[in-house]
Formats: sequence, C-alpha cells, structure tokens
Amino acid sequence: MIGPDWLETPWVIIAGMALMTAFTRYAGYLVLARANLSERALDALNAVPASILTAIIAPTVLTTGIAESLAALVTIVVAWRFPALAAIIAGVVVILLFRQNGF
Amino acid sequence: MTGNLPPEAPGASFQRGLADIGPLIVGLIPFGLVVGTVGVKVGLEPWEVSFMSAAVFAGAAQFIALDMFGHAAGLTIILTALLVNLRHILMGASVRPHIKHMPAGLKIPFLYAMADENWAIIMRRARVQRDLTPAYIAGASLPFYLAWQASCYVGTQIGNIIGDLERWGFDFVFTAVFLTLVLGFWRADHRLSPIVASAVTAIVAERYLEGSWFIVIGGLAGVSAALLTFRKEVAA
Repeated sequence: MIGPDWLETPWVIIAGMALMTAFTRYAGYLVLARANLSERALDALNAVPASILTAIIAPTVLTTGIAESLAALVTIVVAWRFPALAAIIAGVVVILLFRQNGF
Repeated sequence: MTGNLPPEAPGASFQRGLADIGPLIVGLIPFGLVVGTVGVKVGLEPWEVSFMSAAVFAGAAQFIALDMFGHAAGLTIILTALLVNLRHILMGASVRPHIKHMPAGLKIPFLYAMADENWAIIMRRARVQRDLTPAYIAGASLPFYLAWQASCYVGTQIGNIIGDLERWGFDFVFTAVFLTLVLGFWRADHRLSPIVASAVTAIVAERYLEGSWFIVIGGLAGVSAALLTFRKEVAA
C-alpha cells in the first residue's frame, strides 16, 4: 500500500475521487476564461463533441464483434431517415437478438 | 453553425431538455442499480455508495473504483478517477462559449454534474438554438443527476436481481445514443476528418494502453484533425 493509513478509509477515498473529478469538470471552463481564442481554436472546440463521443464508442463499435458492429450499422441506417429514438431502439433490438442467441 | 430559433418559455425549455435526455435516463437506471448492488457487495456501506454517486457522479469512474476497492491503494483509486475523467477538461472548454453569460448559480452546479450524456445533449442543442437557455440545461441535467442517485440507492437495497446487463443490451443504449449524436454533429458541419482521426486513434490506443487513455487521446486526435483542416469558410 502507498500512502498513510487514513488514505485507505472508504469515505476519504471517495472524497478524493470527488475532488479529482470536480477538478476535471471546472478546469477546462476556467482555463478558457482567461484565453483569447482565435477563430481556428474556436473551430477546434466545435469539433470536441464528435471527437470525444467517437473515441468513447469506436472500440465498442468496430472491434468488439459482429453483434456490436451490425447493431451500430442498423442504428446509423435507421437514424438516417427516422427520429433518433427509433434508431436507438432498433440498435438495442439487434444487440438483444444477438445476445439472446449466444453472441 | 448556430441556428436562430426564437426564445421559448422556461417551462417549455426545461421539458425539451428532459425529453432530449429521456432515452439516456432509461439507459442509465439499470447501471445505477448495478453500481448500488456492486458497491454493497465490495463492502461499502449504502451511505458510502450514495455519497460516491452524489459527490463523484461519474459512472465509469465509479464502476472502476468499485472494482479496485479492497485490493488497490486508496491513492491509486483516486488517481484513476482523475485519469478516467480527464475528458471533462475538453468538455468544459467546449461548453464554455454557450454558458458563459449564464448566472453562476446555474453554471457551478451544472459543471459539477456535467457528464458525457447531458453535455452531449446540450452541445447538440446549442447548434440549433443560438441562445441556449438555463432552463434547457437544467432540464437535461437535473433529472439525469437525480435518476442516478435514486437508482444507485435502490441498488444498494435490492441486491443483484438484474443480473447481466449486457445480456439485455442495456450497455448498447449508450453506444446507440452516442452514434446518433455523432451523426447529428456530422450533419451540422459535414466534417469527417475529426471523426475518422478520433476513431482510428482511439482504437489503437485502446489496444495498447491501460485504462481509459483512449478516450482522451482519441478526443485530442479529433481536435488536432480539426485544427489541421481548418479553413476560414468552414468556420463561418
């Protein structure tokens, strides 16, 4: 074990996690408060949502298996023409069918 | 890039936020139940689990921490939470232009409760409504936060009756929602390079690096691609 004994108390660990997490949530906002951003930097910030969300799902969608890849494909195809909710339900139904059949 | 819908009443805004986050709440509840049951199973008191859910409010970090409780050093768990949540720094920076004029009484609690889900919903809304309203942000965030607290608490009380979440496809709800959001962002600006750069980098990083570095690295790769392919007329 590293660190003193009190650092092994559950509520202290949880408080430490909370502190770290809160830091990450306020830091980006606060750092930019003092920055004078160029047009190019603002444009890059606009790319953050698609970039982060893609990074979160890419390994699941592309490298987990046929079930995930196919369900993702169905989700995108349905979302092309129909509301997002229909696409989400379609994707989950596809994954459910695979999983219930042992994939 | 930003639209110009007319302003709407706070009540209507709140309801719109709630409706937009709704599917994600449905997907969230089973995970809250599991975090609650697992928390008790690894030896935490129910109040400690609830304290974690209220104070940390980060599903992935909580799952990972619970898995480490009992056999990893406290400092390791704390630093892992920092690592898993580094992506929030980019998220907070990107949401800033849309909320900076809002009252601190909204911004401070919102940023504390900023998760992938409500942040993504809010960023999407910001593209169609020039003046994002505080009520919309509250509607997309507060019910989501409360649903997490309630489901985690219920989980500590019921024991593991849900079983294997993956078997029922609950895990894919998040993937599916995020896919539709990415599609929406692509439709708004038709820029594929950040998405491709992020996907490729995240997959490689996920294979070779520990933990959740792949999310931060993939996100940074996407932003870098945007910086490299910047053209003035695109940004206008």
